[in-house]
Amino acid sequence: MIISIASGKGGTGKTTIATNLATSLDSRVTLLDCDVEEPNSHLFIKPQREQLEKAFAFVPEINDQLCTACGRCVEICQFNALTLISDNILVFPELCHSCEGCLAVCPEHAVEEGRRELGDIKSSRSGQLTFVQGCLRIGEAMSPPLIKRVRGTIKPGELVIIDAPPGTSCPAITSMKDSDFVLLVTEPTPFGLHDLILAHEAVKQLELPCALIINRSDIGDNSVWEYADSNGLPILLEIPFDRQIAEIYSRGHILVEEVPAWRQTFQSLFRTITSLVDSEKVVQ
Amino acid sequence: MKELVIISGKGGTGKTSLTAAFAALAEKHVLCDADVDAADLHLLLKPNIKERTEFIGGNKAIIKQDVCNQCRTCIDLCRFDAISEEFEVDLLDCEGCGVCVALCPQKAIDFPQQKCGEWFISETRFGPMVHARLGIAEENSGKLVSIIRKQAKELGEQQHHNLMITDGPPGIGCPVIASITGATAVLIVVEPTLSGLHDMERVADLARHFTIPALVCINKYDLNPEIAVSIEQEARHRNLQIVGSIPFDSMFTRAMVAGKTLVEYEPTSQITEMIKDIWHTISISDAFNKKRAEYILPVLNN
Repeated sequence: MIISIASGKGGTGKTTIATNLATSLDSRVTLLDCDVEEPNSHLFIKPQREQLEKAFAFVPEINDQLCTACGRCVEICQFNALTLISDNILVFPELCHSCEGCLAVCPEHAVEEGRRELGDIKSSRSGQLTFVQGCLRIGEAMSPPLIKRVRGTIKPGELVIIDAPPGTSCPAITSMKDSDFVLLVTEPTPFGLHDLILAHEAVKQLELPCALIINRSDIGDNSVWEYADSNGLPILLEIPFDRQIAEIYSRGHILVEEVPAWRQTFQSLFRTITSLVDSEKVVQ
Repeated sequence: MKELVIISGKGGTGKTSLTAAFAALAEKHVLCDADVDAADLHLLLKPNIKERTEFIGGNKAIIKQDVCNQCRTCIDLCRFDAISEEFEVDLLDCEGCGVCVALCPQKAIDFPQQKCGEWFISETRFGPMVHARLGIAEENSGKLVSIIRKQAKELGEQQHHNLMITDGPPGIGCPVIASITGATAVLIVVEPTLSGLHDMERVADLARHFTIPALVCINKYDLNPEIAVSIEQEARHRNLQIVGSIPFDSMFTRAMVAGKTLVEYEPTSQITEMIKDIWHTISISDAFNKKRAEYILPVLNN
Protein backbone atom coordinates (compact mmCIF):
# COMPACT_ATOMS: atom_id res chain seq x y z
CA MET A 1 0.00 0.00 0.00
CA ILE A 2 1.28 3.44 -0.96
CA ILE A 3 0.05 6.48 0.99
CA SER A 4 1.04 9.92 -0.36
CA ILE A 5 1.02 13.02 1.82
CA ALA A 6 0.35 16.02 -0.40
CA SER A 7 -0.84 19.63 -0.35
CA GLY A 8 -1.22 22.46 -2.79
CA LYS A 9 0.26 25.03 -0.46
CA GLY A 10 3.70 24.58 1.04
CA GLY A 11 4.38 24.64 4.75
CA THR A 12 1.08 23.09 5.80
CA GLY A 13 2.62 20.11 7.60
CA LYS A 14 3.22 17.36 5.02
CA THR A 15 6.59 16.40 6.49
CA THR A 16 5.18 16.43 10.04
CA ILE A 17 2.42 14.02 9.02
CA ALA A 18 4.69 11.79 6.93
CA THR A 19 7.42 11.42 9.55
CA ASN A 20 5.02 10.97 12.47
CA LEU A 21 2.92 8.43 10.61
CA ALA A 22 6.01 6.46 9.55
CA THR A 23 7.53 6.39 13.04
CA SER A 24 4.32 5.60 14.92
CA LEU A 25 3.71 2.25 13.23
CA ASP A 26 4.75 -1.09 14.68
CA SER A 27 5.08 -2.71 11.27
CA ARG A 28 7.70 -2.47 8.55
CA VAL A 29 7.32 0.73 6.59
CA THR A 30 9.23 2.68 3.94
CA LEU A 31 9.25 6.46 4.02
CA LEU A 32 10.12 8.16 0.71
CA ASP A 33 10.96 11.85 0.64
CA CYS A 34 9.90 12.86 -2.87
CA ASP A 35 10.17 16.59 -2.16
CA VAL A 36 13.56 16.39 -3.83
CA GLU A 37 13.91 20.17 -4.25
CA GLU A 38 13.68 20.79 -0.52
CA PRO A 39 13.80 17.42 1.26
CA ASN A 40 13.19 17.82 5.00
CA SER A 41 12.14 14.41 6.32
CA HIS A 42 15.77 13.49 7.03
CA LEU A 43 15.97 16.33 9.58
CA PHE A 44 13.43 14.38 11.67
CA ILE A 45 14.40 10.79 10.83
CA LYS A 46 18.13 11.55 11.32
CA PRO A 47 19.24 8.58 9.23
CA GLN A 48 22.47 6.76 10.10
CA ARG A 49 24.83 5.05 7.65
CA GLU A 50 23.04 6.26 4.54
CA GLN A 51 23.89 4.57 1.28
CA LEU A 52 24.39 7.21 -1.35
CA GLU A 53 23.74 6.66 -4.99
CA LYS A 54 24.14 9.36 -7.64
CA ALA A 55 21.29 9.56 -10.14
CA PHE A 56 21.93 10.55 -13.72
CA ALA A 57 19.86 11.24 -16.80
CA PHE A 58 20.79 10.53 -20.40
CA VAL A 59 22.11 13.46 -22.41
CA PRO A 60 23.60 13.19 -25.90
CA GLU A 61 27.30 13.43 -26.60
CA ILE A 62 28.27 13.95 -30.21
CA ASN A 63 31.15 11.95 -31.66
CA ASP A 64 32.65 14.52 -34.03
CA GLN A 65 34.52 11.85 -35.94
CA LEU A 66 31.26 10.22 -37.01
CA CYS A 67 28.92 13.25 -37.16
CA THR A 68 28.12 14.50 -40.68
CA ALA A 69 26.07 17.45 -39.36
CA CYS A 70 22.96 16.17 -41.14
CA GLY A 71 20.80 17.84 -38.48
CA ARG A 72 18.38 14.94 -37.92
CA CYS A 73 19.01 15.10 -34.16
CA VAL A 74 18.28 18.86 -34.09
CA GLU A 75 15.05 18.26 -35.99
CA ILE A 76 13.64 15.64 -33.62
CA CYS A 77 14.57 17.47 -30.41
CA GLN A 78 11.50 19.32 -29.07
CA PHE A 79 13.49 20.97 -26.31
CA ASN A 80 16.17 22.84 -28.29
CA ALA A 81 18.87 20.84 -26.55
CA LEU A 82 20.75 20.43 -29.83
CA THR A 83 21.59 23.02 -32.41
CA LEU A 84 23.54 23.09 -35.65
CA ILE A 85 26.14 25.85 -35.90
CA SER A 86 28.46 25.96 -38.90
CA ASP A 87 28.59 22.19 -39.45
CA ASN A 88 28.87 21.40 -35.76
CA ILE A 89 26.22 19.98 -33.46
CA LEU A 90 26.18 21.85 -30.17
CA VAL A 91 24.54 20.22 -27.12
CA PHE A 92 22.86 22.11 -24.26
CA PRO A 93 22.67 19.29 -21.73
CA GLU A 94 20.57 21.21 -19.18
CA LEU A 95 17.72 21.51 -21.72
CA CYS A 96 17.68 17.78 -22.50
CA HIS A 97 14.63 15.76 -21.38
CA SER A 98 16.39 12.41 -22.00
CA CYS A 99 13.91 11.17 -24.62
CA GLU A 100 16.82 9.65 -26.60
CA GLY A 101 15.20 10.74 -29.87
CA CYS A 102 18.59 11.98 -31.14
CA LEU A 103 20.10 8.61 -30.34
CA ALA A 104 17.32 6.86 -32.27
CA VAL A 105 17.48 8.98 -35.43
CA CYS A 106 21.20 9.53 -35.96
CA PRO A 107 22.07 7.59 -39.14
CA GLU A 108 25.81 7.68 -38.38
CA HIS A 109 25.62 6.44 -34.77
CA ALA A 110 27.38 9.65 -33.85
CA VAL A 111 25.16 10.30 -30.82
CA GLU A 112 26.64 8.63 -27.78
CA GLU A 113 25.31 8.24 -24.26
CA GLY A 114 26.45 11.01 -21.98
CA ARG A 115 24.88 11.84 -18.66
CA ARG A 116 23.79 14.75 -16.52
CA GLU A 117 23.74 14.43 -12.76
CA LEU A 118 20.23 14.80 -11.32
CA GLY A 119 21.14 14.52 -7.67
CA ASP A 120 21.49 11.97 -4.88
CA ILE A 121 19.37 9.10 -3.71
CA LYS A 122 20.11 8.18 -0.10
CA SER A 123 18.77 5.06 1.58
CA SER A 124 19.01 3.89 5.15
CA ARG A 125 17.35 1.49 7.55
CA SER A 126 16.67 1.67 11.23
CA GLY A 127 14.56 -0.99 12.91
CA GLN A 128 11.29 -1.32 11.01
CA LEU A 129 11.81 1.88 9.03
CA THR A 130 13.42 2.10 5.61
CA PHE A 131 14.04 5.68 4.57
CA VAL A 132 14.80 6.82 1.01
CA GLN A 133 15.26 10.45 0.02
CA GLY A 134 16.05 12.23 -3.20
CA CYS A 135 18.09 15.40 -3.14
CA LEU A 136 18.10 17.46 -6.34
CA ARG A 137 21.44 18.88 -7.47
CA ILE A 138 21.58 22.67 -7.07
CA GLY A 139 21.01 24.16 -10.51
CA GLU A 140 19.16 21.12 -11.88
CA ALA A 141 15.79 22.30 -13.17
CA MET A 142 13.93 19.03 -13.63
CA SER A 143 12.83 17.24 -10.50
CA PRO A 144 10.43 14.58 -11.93
CA PRO A 145 13.21 12.29 -13.27
CA LEU A 146 14.79 12.13 -9.79
CA ILE A 147 11.37 11.65 -8.15
CA LYS A 148 10.80 8.71 -10.51
CA ARG A 149 14.11 7.17 -9.38
CA VAL A 150 13.16 7.56 -5.73
CA ARG A 151 9.78 5.94 -6.45
CA GLY A 152 11.60 3.24 -8.42
CA THR A 153 13.05 1.91 -5.15
CA ILE A 154 9.57 0.76 -4.02
CA LYS A 155 9.30 -3.02 -3.80
CA PRO A 156 5.96 -4.72 -4.56
CA GLY A 157 3.71 -5.19 -1.55
CA GLU A 158 5.62 -2.76 0.66
CA LEU A 159 3.88 -0.29 2.93
CA VAL A 160 5.10 3.07 1.66
CA ILE A 161 4.54 6.60 2.90
CA ILE A 162 5.45 9.36 0.44
CA ASP A 163 6.28 12.92 1.51
CA ALA A 164 5.30 14.74 -1.71
CA PRO A 165 6.35 18.21 -2.89
CA PRO A 166 3.83 21.08 -2.75
CA GLY A 167 1.86 22.22 -5.78
CA THR A 168 -0.24 20.52 -8.43
CA SER A 169 2.16 20.34 -11.38
CA CYS A 170 4.51 17.62 -12.56
CA PRO A 171 6.63 17.13 -9.40
CA ALA A 172 3.55 16.67 -7.19
CA ILE A 173 1.78 14.49 -9.78
CA THR A 174 4.86 12.30 -10.35
CA SER A 175 5.12 11.74 -6.59
CA MET A 176 1.44 10.89 -6.02
CA LYS A 177 0.72 8.87 -9.14
CA ASP A 178 -0.27 5.23 -8.54
CA SER A 179 -0.71 5.74 -4.82
CA ASP A 180 -3.45 3.80 -3.04
CA PHE A 181 -4.40 6.78 -0.94
CA VAL A 182 -3.63 10.49 -0.73
CA LEU A 183 -3.72 12.46 2.49
CA LEU A 184 -4.15 16.14 1.74
CA VAL A 185 -2.83 18.47 4.41
CA THR A 186 -4.05 22.03 4.65
CA GLU A 187 -4.46 24.90 7.05
CA PRO A 188 -7.85 26.63 7.38
CA THR A 189 -6.90 29.96 5.79
CA PRO A 190 -7.84 31.52 2.44
CA PHE A 191 -4.47 30.48 0.95
CA GLY A 192 -4.85 27.00 2.44
CA LEU A 193 -8.35 26.59 1.00
CA HIS A 194 -7.45 27.94 -2.43
CA ASP A 195 -4.50 25.57 -2.79
CA LEU A 196 -6.43 22.65 -1.25
CA ILE A 197 -9.05 22.97 -3.98
CA LEU A 198 -6.31 22.78 -6.63
CA ALA A 199 -4.68 19.77 -4.96
CA HIS A 200 -8.06 18.04 -4.58
CA GLU A 201 -8.72 18.61 -8.31
CA ALA A 202 -5.35 17.02 -9.12
CA VAL A 203 -6.11 13.98 -6.94
CA LYS A 204 -9.52 13.63 -8.60
CA GLN A 205 -7.84 13.68 -12.02
CA LEU A 206 -5.57 10.87 -10.87
CA GLU A 207 -8.70 9.04 -9.62
CA LEU A 208 -7.16 8.36 -6.23
CA PRO A 209 -9.08 8.04 -2.96
CA CYS A 210 -8.19 10.84 -0.57
CA ALA A 211 -8.95 12.46 2.76
CA LEU A 212 -8.03 15.64 4.57
CA ILE A 213 -5.92 16.61 7.56
CA ILE A 214 -6.43 20.13 8.88
CA ASN A 215 -3.33 21.47 10.56
CA ARG A 216 -3.35 24.54 12.83
CA SER A 217 -7.08 23.92 12.91
CA ASP A 218 -7.85 26.77 15.30
CA ILE A 219 -6.55 29.59 13.10
CA GLY A 220 -8.25 31.23 10.11
CA ASP A 221 -11.89 30.64 9.21
CA ASN A 222 -14.45 27.88 8.55
CA SER A 223 -14.23 27.73 4.79
CA VAL A 224 -12.06 24.59 4.66
CA TRP A 225 -14.65 22.61 6.68
CA GLU A 226 -17.41 23.92 4.42
CA TYR A 227 -15.46 22.86 1.35
CA ALA A 228 -14.73 19.39 2.79
CA ASP A 229 -18.37 18.97 3.74
CA SER A 230 -19.84 19.96 0.40
CA ASN A 231 -17.28 17.96 -1.57
CA GLY A 232 -17.46 14.72 0.41
CA LEU A 233 -13.87 14.99 1.54
CA PRO A 234 -13.51 13.13 4.86
CA ILE A 235 -11.51 14.91 7.57
CA LEU A 236 -9.34 12.32 9.35
CA LEU A 237 -7.43 14.54 11.75
CA GLU A 238 -7.36 18.07 13.08
CA ILE A 239 -4.24 19.38 14.77
CA PRO A 240 -4.62 22.66 16.65
CA PHE A 241 -1.94 25.32 16.57
CA ASP A 242 0.17 24.78 19.63
CA ARG A 243 3.46 26.48 20.40
CA GLN A 244 4.76 23.21 21.87
CA ILE A 245 4.08 21.36 18.60
CA ALA A 246 5.65 24.20 16.60
CA GLU A 247 8.69 24.10 18.91
CA ILE A 248 9.08 20.31 18.59
CA TYR A 249 8.89 20.65 14.82
CA SER A 250 11.32 23.56 14.72
CA ARG A 251 13.99 21.51 16.53
CA GLY A 252 13.60 18.59 14.14
CA HIS A 253 11.98 16.34 16.71
CA ILE A 254 9.13 13.94 16.17
CA LEU A 255 5.85 14.62 17.90
CA VAL A 256 4.95 10.97 18.60
CA GLU A 257 8.29 10.52 20.34
CA GLU A 258 8.00 13.68 22.47
CA VAL A 259 4.30 13.45 23.32
CA PRO A 260 3.34 9.73 23.41
CA ALA A 261 -0.42 10.41 23.22
CA TRP A 262 0.12 11.43 19.60
CA ARG A 263 1.40 7.95 18.77
CA GLN A 264 -2.07 6.52 19.33
CA THR A 265 -3.59 9.30 17.23
CA PHE A 266 -1.31 8.48 14.30
CA GLN A 267 -1.82 4.72 14.73
CA SER A 268 -5.56 5.23 14.61
CA LEU A 269 -5.14 7.52 11.57
CA PHE A 270 -3.31 4.66 9.86
CA ARG A 271 -6.08 2.16 10.74
CA THR A 272 -8.67 4.54 9.28
CA ILE A 273 -6.68 4.89 6.05
CA THR A 274 -6.29 1.10 5.81
CA SER A 275 -10.02 0.56 6.17
CA LEU A 276 -10.77 3.30 3.61
CA VAL A 277 -8.37 1.69 1.13
CA ASP A 278 -9.92 -1.74 1.77
CA SER A 279 -13.46 -0.44 1.27
CA GLU A 280 -12.29 1.26 -1.94
CA LYS A 281 -11.10 -2.14 -3.17
CA VAL A 282 -14.51 -3.63 -2.37
CA VAL A 283 -16.22 -0.89 -4.38
CA GLN A 284 -13.97 -1.57 -7.34
CA MET B 1 13.83 48.13 -14.34
CA LYS B 2 14.80 46.62 -11.01
CA GLU B 3 13.19 43.39 -9.89
CA LEU B 4 12.94 41.87 -6.42
CA VAL B 5 11.84 38.23 -6.30
CA ILE B 6 10.56 36.87 -2.99
CA ILE B 7 11.44 33.20 -2.51
CA SER B 8 11.92 30.82 0.41
CA GLY B 9 12.83 27.30 -0.61
CA LYS B 10 10.37 25.98 1.96
CA GLY B 11 6.70 26.76 1.43
CA GLY B 12 4.49 28.52 3.94
CA THR B 13 7.08 30.90 5.40
CA GLY B 14 5.13 34.05 4.52
CA LYS B 15 6.33 34.94 1.00
CA THR B 16 2.95 36.01 -0.31
CA SER B 17 1.89 37.97 2.80
CA LEU B 18 5.15 39.93 2.61
CA THR B 19 4.97 40.41 -1.17
CA ALA B 20 1.46 41.86 -0.78
CA ALA B 21 2.63 44.17 2.01
CA PHE B 22 5.53 45.41 -0.17
CA ALA B 23 3.04 45.96 -2.99
CA ALA B 24 1.10 48.27 -0.70
CA LEU B 25 4.24 50.16 0.36
CA ALA B 26 6.18 50.51 -2.89
CA GLU B 27 5.54 53.19 -5.45
CA LYS B 28 5.51 53.09 -9.22
CA HIS B 29 5.83 49.34 -9.52
CA VAL B 30 4.44 46.37 -11.37
CA LEU B 31 3.56 43.08 -9.64
CA CYS B 32 4.11 39.55 -10.85
CA ASP B 33 2.91 36.31 -9.25
CA ALA B 34 5.40 33.71 -10.45
CA ASP B 35 4.00 30.95 -8.21
CA VAL B 36 1.89 29.78 -11.14
CA ASP B 37 1.35 26.35 -9.64
CA ALA B 38 -0.43 27.56 -6.47
CA ALA B 39 -0.85 31.29 -6.97
CA ASP B 40 -2.27 33.08 -3.92
CA LEU B 41 -1.30 36.74 -4.30
CA HIS B 42 -4.58 37.49 -6.13
CA LEU B 43 -6.51 36.51 -2.98
CA LEU B 44 -5.10 39.61 -1.28
CA LEU B 45 -4.75 41.98 -4.22
CA LYS B 46 -8.04 41.07 -5.94
CA PRO B 47 -6.87 41.96 -9.44
CA ASN B 48 -9.30 43.21 -12.00
CA ILE B 49 -8.44 41.16 -15.09
CA LYS B 50 -8.03 43.31 -18.23
CA GLU B 51 -6.58 40.78 -20.63
CA ARG B 52 -6.35 36.99 -20.65
CA THR B 53 -4.16 34.85 -22.89
CA GLU B 54 -4.01 31.08 -23.31
CA PHE B 55 -0.74 29.43 -22.39
CA ILE B 56 0.32 26.81 -24.89
CA GLY B 57 2.77 24.63 -23.00
CA GLY B 58 3.82 21.88 -25.37
CA ASN B 59 2.50 19.02 -27.45
CA LYS B 60 1.21 15.60 -26.50
CA ALA B 61 1.10 12.40 -28.53
CA ILE B 62 -2.28 10.93 -29.48
CA ILE B 63 -2.43 7.60 -31.32
CA LYS B 64 -4.99 7.36 -34.11
CA GLN B 65 -6.42 3.95 -33.36
CA ASP B 66 -7.80 3.51 -36.92
CA VAL B 67 -4.33 3.98 -38.48
CA CYS B 68 -2.22 2.19 -35.84
CA ASN B 69 -1.19 -1.36 -36.77
CA GLN B 70 0.19 -2.08 -33.31
CA CYS B 71 3.79 -2.58 -34.44
CA ARG B 72 5.04 -1.49 -30.96
CA THR B 73 7.69 0.91 -32.31
CA CYS B 74 6.26 3.67 -30.12
CA ILE B 75 6.21 1.52 -26.99
CA ASP B 76 9.83 0.52 -27.55
CA LEU B 77 10.95 4.10 -28.17
CA CYS B 78 9.09 5.85 -25.35
CA ARG B 79 11.48 6.55 -22.47
CA PHE B 80 8.61 7.76 -20.26
CA ASP B 81 6.53 4.55 -20.26
CA ALA B 82 3.62 6.66 -21.44
CA ILE B 83 2.15 4.18 -23.96
CA SER B 84 0.04 1.29 -22.73
CA GLU B 85 -0.21 -2.21 -24.18
CA GLU B 86 -3.54 -1.04 -25.62
CA PHE B 87 -1.63 1.65 -27.56
CA GLU B 88 -3.07 4.51 -25.63
CA VAL B 89 -0.95 7.44 -24.44
CA ASP B 90 -1.18 8.42 -20.78
CA LEU B 91 -1.13 12.20 -21.13
CA LEU B 92 0.21 12.62 -17.59
CA ASP B 93 3.26 10.54 -18.46
CA CYS B 94 3.76 11.90 -22.01
CA GLU B 95 6.75 14.26 -21.98
CA GLY B 96 5.86 15.76 -25.37
CA CYS B 97 9.18 14.69 -26.90
CA GLY B 98 7.56 13.67 -30.19
CA VAL B 99 9.90 10.73 -30.75
CA CYS B 100 7.00 8.31 -31.29
CA VAL B 101 5.33 10.85 -33.61
CA ALA B 102 8.41 11.22 -35.79
CA LEU B 103 9.30 7.54 -35.93
CA CYS B 104 5.91 5.80 -36.21
CA PRO B 105 6.13 3.82 -39.48
CA GLN B 106 2.36 4.24 -40.04
CA LYS B 107 2.35 7.99 -39.25
CA ALA B 108 -0.43 7.07 -36.84
CA ILE B 109 0.38 9.56 -34.09
CA ASP B 110 -0.96 13.10 -33.86
CA PHE B 111 0.90 15.73 -31.84
CA PRO B 112 -1.54 18.50 -30.93
CA GLN B 113 -0.49 21.54 -28.91
CA GLN B 114 -1.81 21.62 -25.38
CA LYS B 115 -3.42 24.50 -23.62
CA CYS B 116 -1.71 24.27 -20.23
CA GLY B 117 -3.14 27.33 -18.54
CA GLU B 118 -3.88 30.98 -18.85
CA TRP B 119 -2.14 34.23 -17.95
CA PHE B 120 -3.60 37.59 -17.12
CA ILE B 121 -2.79 41.29 -17.25
CA SER B 122 -4.66 42.97 -14.43
CA GLU B 123 -5.06 46.14 -12.48
CA THR B 124 -4.95 46.16 -8.68
CA ARG B 125 -5.35 48.91 -6.10
CA PHE B 126 -1.54 48.98 -5.97
CA GLY B 127 -0.86 49.09 -9.69
CA PRO B 128 -0.63 46.66 -12.59
CA MET B 129 -0.15 42.94 -12.05
CA VAL B 130 0.66 40.00 -14.29
CA HIS B 131 -0.31 36.56 -13.04
CA ALA B 132 -1.25 33.15 -14.31
CA ARG B 133 -3.01 29.93 -13.66
CA LEU B 134 -1.28 26.73 -14.67
CA GLY B 135 -3.75 23.94 -15.43
CA ILE B 136 -4.04 21.14 -12.88
CA ALA B 137 -1.42 18.45 -13.40
CA GLU B 138 0.23 20.47 -16.17
CA GLU B 139 3.89 20.94 -16.87
CA ASN B 140 6.07 23.65 -18.34
CA SER B 141 5.60 25.90 -15.34
CA GLY B 142 9.08 27.35 -16.00
CA LYS B 143 8.02 28.47 -19.47
CA LEU B 144 4.88 30.12 -18.09
CA VAL B 145 6.91 31.89 -15.40
CA SER B 146 9.29 33.23 -18.05
CA ILE B 147 6.35 34.53 -20.11
CA ILE B 148 4.67 36.38 -17.27
CA ARG B 149 7.91 37.93 -15.98
CA LYS B 150 8.64 39.19 -19.49
CA GLN B 151 5.09 40.55 -19.81
CA ALA B 152 5.26 42.23 -16.41
CA LYS B 153 8.56 43.86 -17.34
CA GLU B 154 7.14 45.18 -20.63
CA LEU B 155 4.01 46.42 -18.93
CA GLY B 156 6.04 48.20 -16.26
CA GLU B 157 8.26 49.85 -18.87
CA GLN B 158 5.23 51.04 -20.86
CA GLN B 159 3.88 52.69 -17.74
CA HIS B 160 7.29 54.16 -16.82
CA HIS B 161 7.57 52.15 -13.62
CA ASN B 162 11.04 51.31 -12.42
CA LEU B 163 10.34 48.45 -10.02
CA MET B 164 8.94 44.97 -10.32
CA ILE B 165 7.99 42.88 -7.27
CA THR B 166 7.67 39.17 -7.97
CA ASP B 167 6.15 36.53 -5.68
CA GLY B 168 8.20 33.41 -6.33
CA PRO B 169 7.37 29.70 -5.98
CA PRO B 170 8.74 27.33 -3.31
CA GLY B 171 11.51 24.85 -4.11
CA ILE B 172 14.69 25.14 -6.17
CA GLY B 173 13.58 23.53 -9.46
CA CYS B 174 12.51 24.80 -12.84
CA PRO B 175 9.84 27.37 -11.82
CA VAL B 176 12.21 28.88 -9.24
CA ILE B 177 15.09 29.04 -11.71
CA ALA B 178 12.75 30.68 -14.23
CA SER B 179 11.65 33.16 -11.52
CA ILE B 180 15.08 34.36 -10.42
CA THR B 181 17.31 34.38 -13.51
CA GLY B 182 17.98 37.97 -14.48
CA ALA B 183 16.41 39.44 -11.32
CA THR B 184 18.15 42.32 -9.52
CA ALA B 185 17.97 40.50 -6.19
CA VAL B 186 16.03 37.85 -4.31
CA LEU B 187 14.62 38.12 -0.81
CA ILE B 188 14.69 34.78 1.01
CA VAL B 189 11.92 34.55 3.63
CA VAL B 190 12.91 31.96 6.21
CA GLU B 191 11.26 30.60 9.35
CA PRO B 192 13.34 29.53 12.37
CA THR B 193 12.98 25.77 12.03
CA LEU B 194 15.60 23.23 11.01
CA SER B 195 13.61 22.74 7.80
CA GLY B 196 13.54 26.48 7.17
CA LEU B 197 17.29 26.80 7.73
CA HIS B 198 18.07 23.80 5.55
CA ASP B 199 15.84 25.06 2.73
CA MET B 200 17.28 28.58 2.97
CA GLU B 201 20.77 27.15 2.48
CA ARG B 202 19.68 25.31 -0.66
CA VAL B 203 17.87 28.26 -2.18
CA ALA B 204 20.79 30.58 -1.28
CA ASP B 205 23.07 28.07 -3.04
CA LEU B 206 20.76 28.30 -6.06
CA ALA B 207 20.88 32.11 -6.08
CA ARG B 208 24.66 31.96 -5.88
CA HIS B 209 24.74 29.37 -8.68
CA PHE B 210 22.96 31.90 -10.91
CA THR B 211 24.91 34.84 -9.38
CA ILE B 212 21.79 36.63 -8.10
CA PRO B 213 22.30 38.84 -5.00
CA ALA B 214 20.26 37.60 -2.04
CA LEU B 215 18.80 39.17 1.10
CA VAL B 216 17.29 37.34 4.07
CA CYS B 217 14.22 38.08 6.20
CA ILE B 218 13.38 35.90 9.22
CA ASN B 219 9.67 35.46 9.80
CA LYS B 220 8.15 34.13 13.08
CA TYR B 221 11.66 34.45 14.60
CA ASP B 222 10.40 34.00 18.17
CA LEU B 223 9.06 30.48 17.49
CA ASN B 224 12.62 29.32 18.00
CA PRO B 225 15.07 32.14 18.81
CA GLU B 226 18.04 29.75 18.90
CA ILE B 227 17.49 28.64 15.32
CA ALA B 228 16.87 32.28 14.38
CA VAL B 229 20.42 32.93 15.64
CA SER B 230 21.74 30.01 13.56
CA ILE B 231 20.02 31.53 10.52
CA GLU B 232 21.68 34.87 11.21
CA GLN B 233 25.07 33.16 11.53
CA GLU B 234 24.53 31.24 8.30
CA ALA B 235 23.49 34.41 6.48
CA ARG B 236 26.53 36.31 7.80
CA HIS B 237 28.78 33.44 6.81
CA ARG B 238 27.40 33.73 3.28
CA ASN B 239 27.67 37.55 3.28
CA LEU B 240 23.91 37.88 2.93
CA GLN B 241 22.32 40.92 4.56
CA ILE B 242 19.46 40.27 7.00
CA VAL B 243 16.86 42.93 6.29
CA GLY B 244 14.73 42.21 9.34
CA SER B 245 13.16 39.73 11.75
CA ILE B 246 9.40 39.57 12.30
CA PRO B 247 7.81 37.88 15.36
CA PHE B 248 5.05 35.32 15.06
CA ASP B 249 1.76 37.20 14.92
CA SER B 250 -1.78 36.01 14.26
CA MET B 251 -2.24 39.23 12.31
CA PHE B 252 -0.80 37.44 9.26
CA THR B 253 -3.76 35.04 9.26
CA ARG B 254 -6.33 37.66 10.25
CA ALA B 255 -5.28 39.98 7.44
CA MET B 256 -5.43 37.05 5.00
CA VAL B 257 -8.96 36.14 6.13
CA ALA B 258 -9.93 39.79 5.68
CA GLY B 259 -8.43 39.72 2.17
CA LYS B 260 -6.13 42.61 3.00
CA THR B 261 -2.41 43.22 3.06
CA LEU B 262 -0.78 43.47 6.49
CA VAL B 263 -0.20 47.21 6.16
CA GLU B 264 -3.84 47.86 5.24
CA TYR B 265 -5.25 45.58 7.91
CA GLU B 266 -3.57 47.29 10.85
CA PRO B 267 -1.79 50.39 9.51
CA THR B 268 -0.45 51.45 12.90
CA SER B 269 0.58 48.06 14.31
CA GLN B 270 4.12 47.16 15.28
CA ILE B 271 4.21 44.52 12.51
CA THR B 272 3.35 47.16 9.92
CA GLU B 273 6.12 49.40 11.23
CA MET B 274 8.58 46.51 11.01
CA ILE B 275 7.56 45.72 7.45
CA LYS B 276 7.98 49.38 6.49
CA ASP B 277 11.51 49.28 7.94
CA ILE B 278 12.24 46.05 6.09
CA TRP B 279 11.01 47.52 2.81
CA HIS B 280 13.16 50.61 3.35
CA THR B 281 16.20 48.45 4.19
CA ILE B 282 15.70 46.40 1.03
CA SER B 283 15.32 49.47 -1.15
CA ILE B 284 18.63 50.95 0.04
CA SER B 285 20.51 47.61 0.33
CA ASP B 286 23.70 46.96 -1.60
CA ALA B 287 22.17 43.82 -3.07
CA PHE B 288 19.41 45.87 -4.65
CA ASN B 289 21.48 48.91 -5.62
CA LYS B 290 25.09 48.06 -6.40
CA LYS B 291 25.93 46.68 -9.79
CA ARG B 292 25.49 42.94 -9.72
CA ALA B 293 29.14 42.13 -10.43
CA GLU B 294 30.34 44.47 -7.72
CA TYR B 295 27.98 42.95 -5.18
CA ILE B 296 28.17 39.29 -6.05
CA LEU B 297 31.96 38.89 -6.20
CA PRO B 298 32.55 39.01 -2.41
CA VAL B 299 29.63 36.61 -1.95
CA LEU B 300 31.08 34.18 -4.47
CA ASN B 301 34.53 34.39 -2.93
CA ASN B 302 33.17 33.58 0.48
